[in-house]
Amino acid sequence: MLLLGVLFFPLVAALLVYLSGNKQAKYVAFGATVIEFVASYLLKRSLSVGGLQPLVYSHIWITNPNISFALSVDGLSSILIILTTFLVPLIILTTFRKVIDNAKSFYSLVLFMQFALIGVFAASDGFLFYIFWELALIPIYFIALLWGEGRDKEFRNRAIFKFFIYTLGGSLFMLLAFIWLYLKAGTFDISALYNLNLSQNEQLLVFAGFFIAFAIKVPIFPFHTWQPETYKEAPSAGTMLLAGIMLKMGLYGLLRWLLPIVPLGVFIATPYVIVLCIIGVVYGSVIAIRQTDLKRLLAYSSLAHVGLIAAGIFTLTKEGFEGSVIQMVSHGINVIALFFAAEIIYQRTGTFEIAKLGGIRNVAPKFSTAFMVVVLAAVALPLTNSFIGEFLLLYGVYEYNTWLSVIAGLTIILGAVYMLRMYQNVMLGNTNENTIGFTDLHWSELAVFVPVIAAIFLIGIYPKPILNIIQPALDNILTYSLR
Amino acid sequence: MVYLYLIILLPLVGFLINAFVGKALPKNVSGIIGSSTILGSFILSSIFFIHFVNGTQQRIDADVFSWISFGDFKINFGLLLDQLSVTWLMVITGVGFLIHVYSVSYMHDDENFSIFFSYLNLFIFFMLLLVLGNNFLITFIGWEGVGLCSYLLIGFWYKNQDYNDAAKKAFVMNRIGDLGFLIGMFLILFNFKTLNFSALQTAISATTVNHGLIVAITMLLFVGAMGKSAQLPLYTWLPDAMAGPTPVSALIHAATMVTAGIYMIARSHFMYTLAPETLQFVACIGVATALFAATIGVMQNDIKKVLAYSTVSQLGLMFMALGVGAYTSAVFHVVTHAFFKACLFLGSGSVIHALSGQQDIRKMGGLKKWMPITFWTFMISSLAISGVFPFSGFFSKDEILGAAFEHSKVLWAIASLASILTAFYMFRLVFLTFTGEFRGTEEQKHHLHESPWLITMPLVVLAILAAVGGFMGLPEGLGYHHALKGFLNPVFAQALNPGEDMHGSAHELSASMEMSLMAGALIAALLSIAYAYFKYVSKSEKPNEDGVPISFVRRWIYNKYYVDEIYHLFVGFPIGKLSELFYSLIDKTVIDGTVNYSGKLSVSLGNQLRKLQSGYIGFYLLAMVLSMVVIFLFAFIIK
Repeated sequence: MLLLGVLFFPLVAALLVYLSGNKQAKYVAFGATVIEFVASYLLKRSLSVGGLQPLVYSHIWITNPNISFALSVDGLSSILIILTTFLVPLIILTTFRKVIDNAKSFYSLVLFMQFALIGVFAASDGFLFYIFWELALIPIYFIALLWGEGRDKEFRNRAIFKFFIYTLGGSLFMLLAFIWLYLKAGTFDISALYNLNLSQNEQLLVFAGFFIAFAIKVPIFPFHTWQPETYKEAPSAGTMLLAGIMLKMGLYGLLRWLLPIVPLGVFIATPYVIVLCIIGVVYGSVIAIRQTDLKRLLAYSSLAHVGLIAAGIFTLTKEGFEGSVIQMVSHGINVIALFFAAEIIYQRTGTFEIAKLGGIRNVAPKFSTAFMVVVLAAVALPLTNSFIGEFLLLYGVYEYNTWLSVIAGLTIILGAVYMLRMYQNVMLGNTNENTIGFTDLHWSELAVFVPVIAAIFLIGIYPKPILNIIQPALDNILTYSLR
Repeated sequence: MVYLYLIILLPLVGFLINAFVGKALPKNVSGIIGSSTILGSFILSSIFFIHFVNGTQQRIDADVFSWISFGDFKINFGLLLDQLSVTWLMVITGVGFLIHVYSVSYMHDDENFSIFFSYLNLFIFFMLLLVLGNNFLITFIGWEGVGLCSYLLIGFWYKNQDYNDAAKKAFVMNRIGDLGFLIGMFLILFNFKTLNFSALQTAISATTVNHGLIVAITMLLFVGAMGKSAQLPLYTWLPDAMAGPTPVSALIHAATMVTAGIYMIARSHFMYTLAPETLQFVACIGVATALFAATIGVMQNDIKKVLAYSTVSQLGLMFMALGVGAYTSAVFHVVTHAFFKACLFLGSGSVIHALSGQQDIRKMGGLKKWMPITFWTFMISSLAISGVFPFSGFFSKDEILGAAFEHSKVLWAIASLASILTAFYMFRLVFLTFTGEFRGTEEQKHHLHESPWLITMPLVVLAILAAVGGFMGLPEGLGYHHALKGFLNPVFAQALNPGEDMHGSAHELSASMEMSLMAGALIAALLSIAYAYFKYVSKSEKPNEDGVPISFVRRWIYNKYYVDEIYHLFVGFPIGKLSELFYSLIDKTVIDGTVNYSGKLSVSLGNQLRKLQSGYIGFYLLAMVLSMVVIFLFAFIIK
């Protein structure tokens, strides 16, 4: 029951938010998401008490074709659900100081998106997964399109439309793959699909269908070109939803729906895919070095980070798997804090141009400290969350191939180059006419950074609770992926 | 065990207090909190040290909690205290405390005083973690943590973008080394399933290990050491790091952090001993760095830059010692170097303080008259670093030279040359700074004064240590007792096969040979000092002003062999260009161009269909998804 509650509560809340009117919308939305966070935490608790068995709910939905409304939450799902429910209230909080037109629609779309995201992480029926997958796209499309901030409306419309068509087009391949699987198995049920025996060619075909959909969503090089402009054009809250949570759908999809279903296809494709991922790591990092726009720099750095996560997944090692989940969580937390910092700078100075900034540390010490901590987490300093993730991911890649790990390891050098360069040019030096009047953090902004920073150190110092809870689920996936 | 936690946690508490409420506290209180936490750690370390000396303290090797673990993958958070780590503890907390006290006065007028102390405390915390970790990954936390503090403190005066560049350069250069360290750890973890020092040592001694593997591991770890301890070719960050406040240069970039590479290799001696090829390489890099940096030191005119190159050079000597298997000698030199180099840096700070920021020795001179304490402590430390009897450097350096002589005459010859140059540039510095006529402005001359006692007290203590510190390691070959070697014996003896002695082979030399080597080195040092005296005191020469034409070779050395420019040309510049090329050509044109082209293709296809349907393709897709959702939801509700 709790499971259904956690899933549907955001949907109900979306309606309440809409009804509460523009003035109250943000408070209702924030309150609802906090309740949702507590509920999802209780969900995780009930999971631990029940041992290693996932929480399931299943209800026959359509008999022909055979589709059921089946949910299954194991450690992996619960961690990603908690990530979602942890980040969404923070994302709502980041908009508190902003005047948003038609706020009730905006916040109910955010809540609707949360509903769809939780659905993606909980669904255990292929078709249901697909529906939630597409449902998640609709709110973010409207959020990006209608509340976007780019000056040039025409350009924004094109960028967002491209993102929509590109990801939707990719998903259609996934739908085809699911239909193909259904024709073979007679069901969309995940455990039946896990036990399906397909020939090598069939597996490659299904692999291609899933891979295109997931690779575009993550995005994996060279399917990423929708990303920088969309991140730049969307409102910051939209960018945070996209980068913080939505791209985890793709990574989660790889783990849950691709590897265990077509192990042979994965086995054949891995050498190529892993190389693509690692090209993305170096490529994204190198491009980030010379970016002049703060948001676009963060977009390319995100490309590098998720490339490494995808590589870790494709190593098919325990360390790569565990690292990938830790890093999904860490990246989600860190990236929303980074985009929030960019948003704060934009609100106060009216620009994302790095060259027009500088000297903020002189006037805003609290913000500088918070931003510094997040930057350090982004460069994977030990005792921060992403050190655990990157250490395990790089070790997983090492187990796969030594030289690839050396190349992927360049990320720790290049990451330091572009992040510290960015921080130096934005925050240090002398103030100029854009930054002289920069006010320090407001309490609602501090209220975003404090939990983020707490999570950064908590996971970095004591990652064991997360590692423990995801382990059975990942072991299970690994067993099927290596069959 | 509780005391061991306290040693680490006290500086962390100091950091937290000064970081969070430091602004609200009076400066003196911030300073007292910052210094007293380190004093606390020092007192506790001393208790452990005394117990170790008396033999009443057992080695502590304990896991505190399980850090990264799942299935059979286990990395614990654990601490290790033995003779090697306690030696470092004494240096870090002892010298660290003196430098904290010095900073109370030195940084007194800085607006970010409490932040400075919080960074210093944080540095001590990470440095302690580095030397107390019981596995490579804990050491790595400290390793990167001290790198962070170094970054924060080099760029402490953050309004100056040149300083920020120096800070960033230090961090990035260190990261290059860290990648080597990281991959080295992967090799260890993969092959031995542990990163724990003791477990690893047991595992390696229990079986015959693939030789290539050990060479690879030790080489990769050494790459890490090259970055952290500023060896060729990753040394260029250290001279730039002098942008930080002078106490930082003394603490981090002379006495403690830069010796982390030596600590790490000494800690992993059981692997290096099995890899003679790596040791040979370490020795070569070390001696090359020692000579290379010494030649640059001869031509520098910035008081801190001279000391910085001197540090690079001295670290090179320590690596050479490691390379010839003289682990104890390397540790010995780490300790004496911490005394005299910290004293020299703090002395230079005292001078800079008196001259309101002037660092160019061409603008100094005659300061002995106004600053006698600074002069005499600087003098003693210079004698120590030059290897003059009976100051501390004489013993530690001659021990290294003796070990090198035993190993290879070529190493010995180059290292001796570097030492002779050291004596020369140090006394060039002493004479140009403290003797002759004052060459600064009248305004400065008017304000010349000896520094307050908070600055001179640490100088005096360090000078005394620099003077007498050598007696902890008297030459065994001449029949004396080498206290430090005896003390460290339990650490380095474990890896040795019976009948073999890998550390400090100097005593294998005959007493007469050793005697004549020492005498030779001493005479060479004295001659070198005499030459500096002749040049800069008798003839009162002074270095050329900038812009005066000089010969090509001199210009080449004066400009540090153009290494920074070469790095920029072959690394920095191409990466920048690559970045632009990737972005504008590959990303925007090739990849995105292809995507857009296929988009256009489908749109024109859609336009064909539009003639039939008069619609918009995006709308259709959207409508399709929406209607699907509605249908399914409907079906669900009906059920």
